[in-house]
Amino acid sequence: MLILECPYCGVKACETELSPGYEAHLKRFGPGSTDAEFEDYMFARKNPKGVHFERWRHTYGCGKWFLAARDTNTLEVFGTYPAQSSAPPEDLQAKIKAKRPDWKGYK
Amino acid sequence: MSNAVSALGNVSYNGFAQISEIGPIGMISLRAKPDVKGLDKAIKAAVGTKVPAARQMEGAQERFAGWMSPDEYLLVMPYADTGAAMAAIDKALKGQHYLAAVVSDARAVFRVTGEKADQVLAKLSPVDFANLGAQELRRTRAAQVAAAFWRDDSGYTLVCFRSVATYMMGLLSHSAMTGSEL
Amino acid sequence: MSTRLSKGGRLIDRSKVQNFTFNGTAMRGYQGDTLAAALLANDQMLVGRSFKYHRPRGIVGSGPEEPNALVNLGRAGRSEPNQRATTTELFDGLECASQNHWPSLNYDVGVINNTLARFLPGGFYYKTFMYPRAAWKHLFEPIIRASAGLGKPPQEPDADRYEQAYAFCDVLIIGGGIAGLQAALIAGTAGLRVILLEQNAHWGGRAPVDGDVVDGMPAAEWVAKALQDLDKMTNVTLRNRCTGAGVYDHGYVLADEKVADHTPGDGRPKHRLWRIRAGQILTATGAIERPLSFAGNDIPGVMLAASTRDFVVNFAVSPGDRTVIVTNNDDAYRTAIALHEAGLSVPCIVDARSTVTGDLPLRAKALGLRIATGMGIAKVSGGKRVTKVALCMQAGEGAVIEEIACEAVAMSGGWSPVVHLWSHCGGKLTWDTTHAHFRPDATRPPTGADGAAMVVALGAANGAMTAADAMVDAANGTQLALKALGFDAKPKIVSSAAPVQEAEMEPVWIMPYGAGVKLKSKMWLDYQNDVKVSDVQLAAREGYSSVEHTKRYTTLGMATDQGKLSNINGLAILADARNAEIPQVGTTTFRPPYTPVTLGALAGESRGEIFQPLRMTPMHAWHQTQGAYFEPVGLWRRPYTFPRGGETHAQSVAREVNNTRNALGLLDASTLGKIIVKGPDAGRFLDMLYTGVMSSLPIGKCRYGLMCSEQGFLSDDGVVARIDDETWLCHTTSGGADRIHAWMEDWLQCEWWDWQVYTANITEQLAQVAVVGPNARKLLEKMGGMDVSKETLPFMQWADGTLGGFAVRVYRISFSGELSYEIAVAASEGAAFWAALHAAGAELGAMPYGTEALHIMRAEKGFIMIGDETDGTIIPQDLNLGWAISKKKADFLGKRGQERTYLASEDRWKLAGFETLDGSVIPDGSYILAPGLNANGQGNTQGRVTSTYFSPTLGRGIAMGLIKGGLARMGDVVDFNTLSGAPIKAKVVDPVFYDKDGEKQNV
Ligand SMILES: [Zn+2]
Repeated sequence: MLILECPYCGVKACETELSPGYEAHLKRFGPGSTDAEFEDYMFARKNPKGVHFERWRHTYGCGKWFLAARDTNTLEVFGTYPAQSSAPPEDLQAKIKAKRPDWKGYK
Repeated sequence: MSNAVSALGNVSYNGFAQISEIGPIGMISLRAKPDVKGLDKAIKAAVGTKVPAARQMEGAQERFAGWMSPDEYLLVMPYADTGAAMAAIDKALKGQHYLAAVVSDARAVFRVTGEKADQVLAKLSPVDFANLGAQELRRTRAAQVAAAFWRDDSGYTLVCFRSVATYMMGLLSHSAMTGSEL
Repeated sequence: MSTRLSKGGRLIDRSKVQNFTFNGTAMRGYQGDTLAAALLANDQMLVGRSFKYHRPRGIVGSGPEEPNALVNLGRAGRSEPNQRATTTELFDGLECASQNHWPSLNYDVGVINNTLARFLPGGFYYKTFMYPRAAWKHLFEPIIRASAGLGKPPQEPDADRYEQAYAFCDVLIIGGGIAGLQAALIAGTAGLRVILLEQNAHWGGRAPVDGDVVDGMPAAEWVAKALQDLDKMTNVTLRNRCTGAGVYDHGYVLADEKVADHTPGDGRPKHRLWRIRAGQILTATGAIERPLSFAGNDIPGVMLAASTRDFVVNFAVSPGDRTVIVTNNDDAYRTAIALHEAGLSVPCIVDARSTVTGDLPLRAKALGLRIATGMGIAKVSGGKRVTKVALCMQAGEGAVIEEIACEAVAMSGGWSPVVHLWSHCGGKLTWDTTHAHFRPDATRPPTGADGAAMVVALGAANGAMTAADAMVDAANGTQLALKALGFDAKPKIVSSAAPVQEAEMEPVWIMPYGAGVKLKSKMWLDYQNDVKVSDVQLAAREGYSSVEHTKRYTTLGMATDQGKLSNINGLAILADARNAEIPQVGTTTFRPPYTPVTLGALAGESRGEIFQPLRMTPMHAWHQTQGAYFEPVGLWRRPYTFPRGGETHAQSVAREVNNTRNALGLLDASTLGKIIVKGPDAGRFLDMLYTGVMSSLPIGKCRYGLMCSEQGFLSDDGVVARIDDETWLCHTTSGGADRIHAWMEDWLQCEWWDWQVYTANITEQLAQVAVVGPNARKLLEKMGGMDVSKETLPFMQWADGTLGGFAVRVYRISFSGELSYEIAVAASEGAAFWAALHAAGAELGAMPYGTEALHIMRAEKGFIMIGDETDGTIIPQDLNLGWAISKKKADFLGKRGQERTYLASEDRWKLAGFETLDGSVIPDGSYILAPGLNANGQGNTQGRVTSTYFSPTLGRGIAMGLIKGGLARMGDVVDFNTLSGAPIKAKVVDPVFYDKDGEKQNV
């Protein structure tokens, strides 16, 4: 039962107050995209053992979507940040790199 | 409004804490960013308070303004006052990007009072009551439904959706049964 | 025989007699007794039968590790199977019965399995499952089912209530022995929020029984003082009768509080499940003694040494006049001394070690007790209770040297720390060769949200096996936890226990060491599941070398005690059989809960009326008084129909349809989703959301719209109204409001966050009534207040106004094909408005109708229903809804998905109507048959039914369905399969069965 701090309201929310939204930082491909691009957007999801970026919604709280970086193996949470981010914040990336030197980056 | 009735007709229950369904109570959901011009005026005109900070509830007695999210406020007032408040908000925010909607009837409101009122809620919500701010508006869940509550000297005011008022009354009564103090 | 001693018993109150019954026999005990203690005090040594061989079983332990003494407690609504007598507090009026025997505990026919033991070896279940299959089904299963099984499930609803509660703390300490109390004192004094849990009703753990001395005072005295001190600290919460059941991610702990097990029917919740979030979790859960494996170690009267001591010291219960002690360590000497001090006989202390040097053996010697070193037990004799033991050399093969008559055997094979809670969330173990046990490896702890250790094991649970060591370890561990929480202060008060010099134990896994197969097949490892030393060795021989495989093959450790006693002994036997070291074999995974948690506690308040939130409209009470039959629509409860008099549902539904088509029907449509979308970019946003164009909708008008997922599949539909320049109101399906609102917010927050759009889900703000039928306008005119004429309010428009004094918004939309108005009114006035419509509508023939009539009328008109015509794999084009998809828009959600070749294929099944040739109704779920067989040898299909009803309007069965070729197949006759027999023949027709030109709704 995870705890994730909502970056909007600051509540350290229990997993039961949240809804999962799966992989973060996906780029939408609409009309005009190739089959390969669309397939990748729609279906190809990362499933790493280790550092992962996810979408979560503070459903039972402020209702806002946010993003979380955590280790899927140890469940260590590196940080949470607003959904209105096209990439993880620099300082968060640096923190993860320091803790997981083998990490290859969020892309 | 002579026809307006609360969801449960103001039922109550006495256990180790007292539960009563109250209302109908006037409520407006106001969506706007905190930096929108005229927001302070709109809230002042509607409920007489300043713009609440994150997770805070401003106000007293019957009029409150609560922070619901980074771009949403809950304005609480007597049921009959929402019309005038909506007009005042529209006036103050004219030309700005905002959304105001009366939600008085979409809600059921409960009072949970007594020395051990927090124990009733601690059975239903994953909330650390020892660290709940005096003026905090806490949005969370109560068992299986969404709820929001804030405290005052005599207990808590809890708001949930109207359609689940019967369920909420059942939860609160079950949790307040004499002999089940924590 | 076992009996009550005339004096002593630190936990019992002899002035408070408690009467109880066992298998109908009246017995007496005292307040403070456990049921096990009271049974022994009444000489009830035999308490049950084992699972497989139905062998007589007696009490072995004194706590949650007990595998044998499982009873059925209570009766009727309070009947509970598999309750451990050792952890059940005695109360006046308690009724219990033994389990797993027939016809009686003393004369059990299942014991025949015992004589068949050589045909039921380890792996028996596995082998019979595998081959021959017929033998399992016809031979083994019926016999096993008839004779095996533990308790019987209760037949009546649980008479008790349960609840859950959330708690938060800096430090959660699990275990109220001296180590746990030490930790609580340190953390409490440091000012942290502390919760201390103890599974028993009493505090102090083993130390008071073992005669330990803490801070110069007897342990019991120190415990009392510690409790007093903790009681004064407002930051410390003490909770006894509360078991730490499981440790989960991020400091989450489930604890099971037995609030009223010992006071049934007093109105309090029976159990309370605590959901605790802790900064640091300290497990001071002690250790569990291990049995020794010697022949006949399962005969009633053979008990764990420390448990024997518990019964004597805590409850003044004698296991028998003469108790032989058998041990490989010093601790069991405490039992010998306790028995001796209680005036009982200890004929011999059999110690497998060749020399004994510790303080305790010396004391035993000084008391004149006989110690036989280097010896073991060759065999225990007795049927339903012990009569004698035969001694042999531990190093030998079991030649009997001497026989000693006795009533009880107290055995000790050493101690295993209770590492369960440490292990639940990933804490690793290390093998301790000194004590021959696994203990927590502090370098590999369970980690929390910050990646740092979140559990610290204390005292015996951490392998600190003496009181003195445990107190030091508890202080150190607590300081570690405090440091992790940011408190670096040295503890102010640290208590210490007086050291008692104990010599090293010597691992003994089989007694005697050279025992042959005959003896080994009488050495029990798992008492409840009847797993013996020989079974584990067989498993190893047959190649089940992994501990997890052996566990499943033999069922070792799979009983209700989850191997609390048998685990290490089993591992050691397996390791020996594989010629491996124990740590190499590893251990099985410990999973929550530590002890069973009843389903009632897990369900908590979610029972009966509040099992789940049922959503009710403002008119719900009216529907109930009218005898409505409700159906679930999501969590909503909507009237399916309103039967009158003796009507069947089919009759009342037909009446409702006919009345609505011919006069006037009223529908509670309050559940319809209503979402306001407002802002400068709202039109643009809705054009992305819907397949059609909403931005161009004129103010005052309504438009039907479809929403698709990004894959292009139809997900929701509804009517959108343009309110003002920047505002739209989107209606969703009844079940879809929350989902669609979340869908909108997802796109606004996560993809187009620079667009200026706000949404508000006002579904519950408004009650909504559909006024439907030829008399609809007449009713509204009678209510009065606004112009609802065709000219002022034509089809697909809306207007604000009043009706009968109610402020309303009226939409001219129709889902039935009739003249129809949908009227929204404030929910607080919904019931009054609904009643006013009925009152005014009486003379116009107004009747309420339910969801079934609604569905039939929409099907008669060929309108699709989300969830009937759609199932998450259907695109709008499949339903001939291409007209609602904009060809001009460059993009909308689902557009790219629909362009995929498979979805654009002409071969897709498409919507059509169906009329059965004989007028009957096609069964739900029917497929349209096609010639030939598919690759799996199944009949081919070419379509399926999606909606099928008896149409009261047409007097025949009608259906919509998907068929290859769709409307191009018009006129074809096809076969729909049925479960019962011959296919039903139906003709492909236009799905609009009624009023094809829409004249009725447009008046
Ligand atoms: Zn939040």
